[in-house]
Amino acid sequence: MTIDRTGEVPGILRYANTPGSSSFSEFLSVAAPHLMPATHAGSGELDAPHGTTIVAALYADGVVMAGDRRSTMGNLIAQRDIEKVFAADDYSLVGIAGTAGLAVEMVRLYQVELEHYEKIEGTQLTIDGKANRLATMIRSNLGMAMQGLAVVPMFAGYDPDAASPAEGGRIYSFDVTGSRSVERYYHSVGSGSLFARGSLKKLWREGLDRDAVVRVVVEALYDAADDDSATGGPDLTRGIYPVVMTATADGTERVGDDELGTVVRALLADREARPGA
Amino acid sequence: MSMPFYASAEQIMRDRSEYARKNIARGRSVIVLTYADGVLFVAENASPALHKVSEIYDRIGFAGVGKYNEYESLRVAGIRLADLRGYSYDRRDVTARALANAYAQTLGTIFTEQQKPYEVEICVAEVGEQPDSDQLYRLTYDGSIVSEPDFLVMGGGQAEALVAEMREAFTARQPLADALAAAVRALGSVGGADGSPRAIPAAQLEVAVLDRTRGKRKFKRITGAALTELLPAEEPAEQGATEAESDQE
Repeated sequence: MTIDRTGEVPGILRYANTPGSSSFSEFLSVAAPHLMPATHAGSGELDAPHGTTIVAALYADGVVMAGDRRSTMGNLIAQRDIEKVFAADDYSLVGIAGTAGLAVEMVRLYQVELEHYEKIEGTQLTIDGKANRLATMIRSNLGMAMQGLAVVPMFAGYDPDAASPAEGGRIYSFDVTGSRSVERYYHSVGSGSLFARGSLKKLWREGLDRDAVVRVVVEALYDAADDDSATGGPDLTRGIYPVVMTATADGTERVGDDELGTVVRALLADREARPGA
Repeated sequence: MSMPFYASAEQIMRDRSEYARKNIARGRSVIVLTYADGVLFVAENASPALHKVSEIYDRIGFAGVGKYNEYESLRVAGIRLADLRGYSYDRRDVTARALANAYAQTLGTIFTEQQKPYEVEICVAEVGEQPDSDQLYRLTYDGSIVSEPDFLVMGGGQAEALVAEMREAFTARQPLADALAAAVRALGSVGGADGSPRAIPAAQLEVAVLDRTRGKRKFKRITGAALTELLPAEEPAEQGATEAESDQE
């Protein structure tokens, strides 16, 4: 046995040590760089579908996030049942506005990133660690953003280390350069966010319970859709309602369409009674 | 340049096998068995932080015995391979069979080509939709791969005795508490003073399940109060109380 093979790493073990970190995206960029999201588009104009309005708000048990179902391409509706709010892991949610294709891919990579860390380290990232990780991924998309293909996610989650459920909800907003900030009450991103935020400002109160806060975010999206053509309102004829998800000490949960149907009908009845609102 | 002594291939392989086997036998045992809702991992492990059992993917779990740094690097490599496959294809395209094959190739290559074999024995388990489709693969230091239908025992100085014990105690599709009791009893059947059975405290046990009734990720560790509740009570009179639900985080 005189052959020196100390430099060689056989088979699957070549994945074990390079890179040494617990990050999936770092691993992917070494093991399969062609699978990484593109960071530069070719020159020229590109018309890609855009996702629009996302809202999030704190409430008594944690945090809620909701997104409308429309994506647009110029003046056309590209899709009327797109989903833009996702569970990032057991305790956190991510919502996306901006170029839909890139954003959905970013979320997919982000979900694997969090799960990968958890499996390798045997523990979850802290909620601030998760938000910082997402900020890095947004920053790496800056090249695309300069060419008009920006992705602006919003991140929200429940911090299991919090002293009480009322203090556990967290909302983080980002800009296209990856700058991260913590929102204290509620936040909205996307083309209809101006109107959604105005609506939240009047409807949201501290310590709302789950049912009340679901109604508030659905109404904020309704107001956004009212004034922004790129945001879709609830579609009763097709049964397409906003995606509403909560993150609490019990984990993440999607609010069912049956419940949302009831909320939307009640909302429409109230608005019908005061058409000027 | 010095000339090495001639040693026959047979002699070299035998020496390596013996070396690996001796070191694997030094640690504590791990038992992996199927139960009504999936696959149960039971390891005797004094450390709460250095795991022998781990999640690989949605339906796939891993257990290792032997040298920690060696099975740990196999575990990390397995997670990366699984996540890479799931990311580039689909989550359902990640299978225990493919992973076990990759491990077998790697362990086989190391055994024949490197200075020393890996002193490990690992298990890759997958929980299926139905009890019939649960899979247990055992991989040894030389890259051999065996698919076990019911249970497998790895590591420890008296693995043979444990296998005999488990063959007695194992029943297909038994409830979780019964399966756990059987495995813990088997682990305690060796290593006691004068060959008498010993009690293993809950703190020395590492227990996890791949539970087909769970959501996307089937792997779950059972620790602390949930584990104590599930273990057979000290007085065997209270047999009914062990059926308690463990589904709390």
